[in-house]
Amino acid sequence: MKIKITIPTERIHNPIISESIVETGILINIMVANIDSTYGELIADVNDLKFDKIKNALESRGAIVSILDQPIHRDEEECIECGACISVCPMNVYSFDNSWSVQVDEKKCIQCGVCIKMCPHGALKLGE
Amino acid sequence: MVKKSVHEINRKIEDGSVNVVTAEEMVTIVEELGAEGAAKEVDVVTTGTFGAMCSSGLMLNLGHSEPPIKIQKIWFNNVEAYSGLAAVDAYLGAAQISDTRGIQYGGAHVIEDLLRGKEIDVHATAYGTDCYPRKVLDTIITLEDLNEAVLLNPRNAYQKYAAATNSSKRILNTYMGELLPNFGNVTYSGAGVLSPLSNDPNYETIGMGTRIFMGGAQGYVIGNGTQHSPSSGFGTLMLKGNLKEMNPDYLRAASFTGYGATLYMGIGIPIPILNEKLAAATAVRDEDIVTTIQDYAVGSRDKPVIRNVNYAELRSGSVQIDGKDVPTSSLSSFKNARKIANELKEWVKHGKFFVSMPVERLCTEGLAKPMKETHAVPLVKDVMSSFIVTIKKDQTVQDAAKKIWENSFNHLAVTSDTGELVGILTAWDISKAVAENCFDSVESVMTKKVLTCAPNEPVDLAARRLDRYGVSAMPVIDAQRRVLGIITSDNISKLLARRY
Repeated sequence: MKIKITIPTERIHNPIISESIVETGILINIMVANIDSTYGELIADVNDLKFDKIKNALESRGAIVSILDQPIHRDEEECIECGACISVCPMNVYSFDNSWSVQVDEKKCIQCGVCIKMCPHGALKLGE
Repeated sequence: MVKKSVHEINRKIEDGSVNVVTAEEMVTIVEELGAEGAAKEVDVVTTGTFGAMCSSGLMLNLGHSEPPIKIQKIWFNNVEAYSGLAAVDAYLGAAQISDTRGIQYGGAHVIEDLLRGKEIDVHATAYGTDCYPRKVLDTIITLEDLNEAVLLNPRNAYQKYAAATNSSKRILNTYMGELLPNFGNVTYSGAGVLSPLSNDPNYETIGMGTRIFMGGAQGYVIGNGTQHSPSSGFGTLMLKGNLKEMNPDYLRAASFTGYGATLYMGIGIPIPILNEKLAAATAVRDEDIVTTIQDYAVGSRDKPVIRNVNYAELRSGSVQIDGKDVPTSSLSSFKNARKIANELKEWVKHGKFFVSMPVERLCTEGLAKPMKETHAVPLVKDVMSSFIVTIKKDQTVQDAAKKIWENSFNHLAVTSDTGELVGILTAWDISKAVAENCFDSVESVMTKKVLTCAPNEPVDLAARRLDRYGVSAMPVIDAQRRVLGIITSDNISKLLARRY
């Protein structure tokens, strides 16, 4: 499953991710990482069965962990199937099928929101 | 030699014996039968396109109020329209943006809302005359209430369009959508194999008066579009159609982030196959339609061409740039273009739509001119300060502080031994170094990512960059990164003070 790990300012100088991985032995696949001197936000893939354990390890060190279970939603009425979203998505969520209809593979979505800005018709939304 | 007339074809449409195919289907028919065989077999080829067409708008008439008003300024849902016409006529441009909601809502959205039967707030003002005494008007209208609501689109249905990419290090928000840094993506527009003008590139049947599919209704070509540029293969059309008969499936408002509002128009044009030359022309494939990929990182009218590309490559999902596969995005909808070509095919097949010959041909030669500008655009080199204090990167912070103090100059350009710009150092950087008690060499405290500009860049571009990144000065460098001067917000304010 896809998870979001938020590291608040007061913990940003601690190697929270490394410590949690070493402690639990659970591998997480980091897909997006935005970390600077004040704040950190990561999106990672983790085995469903191991989620609780890594969550506890991360949260005991001050991180906030949430499940990304609301992937992008496409409003089929608004969408004109131009495919503008296809090239900006870092996870290849969007593709054309044989009839040039836009296909959405929600499972791949990491909720980064890039496609929302790209869509000329306001057809894409998060959190619905 | 095959020779058919439009009258013969229209008789076949009337009696139901017409053979009509889409421009996509025509490709294989001509491959199999040859141009002559296809010309005998096929009577009409339908085309279609569905994409962003900013140069569109609605000419409307509100009817007279009581007491009457000669409208001087008018807004529809807070989007201003042009009313420098007779009393209650107005032209609402698709790309005009709302005074209150900005680029999220524009003229195109008002047009779509009208078409969907929604109520629109109208606010108008006037100076008042003896014959039109009223000075202010507020009302709510729907499409039905208007006497006329005619789309008059000055430039639609581009024959083909240049694709866009971005060589810079930052995201660009353009009318070609979001362009990712370092050639991160390519965006394009146009229906390729189905593009109306690409299927009649000599404009033999598409011309003034040609009856077309426009937004789901019958419309007309009323001439060449503005910026019609046939010699470079970028022909355009000016179109007219009755909004009251249109269908929102084929007319959609849109908004490009960081750019503005636009109207997606669905256009379909039937091409009567009068001879084998037209049959051959309508067999055009995506592979045959070549355009360019332009670099939008250059904020200039003449953008550098990265490479040539055809629509088959663009539509394959990725194109190669510098040996790298770059994903492509279409901004126009091929699925809807195909739907339009098929819908038009059904209309013709069932006797609901007759083909026509132009009353006048479009010009087949000529190029769109750039603007004549009589006031020279000031360049960076005209306003920059040529006096700039430089410092070598291995000098001490104390040397730097001394230079700033002696020259009362806030920005030091840091250079390498060979004189290339490697960083910038400000009094603020020095204060920070002192506060943190870490000051060895200039190199360790300077800002390394320096925004720069070139001497021949227009000042407007430099000003936009200063503003965007919130910095107060940029070194001006040549191609070898040697420092020629510095441009500061001070230089720009002085320029403006001279101008006004």
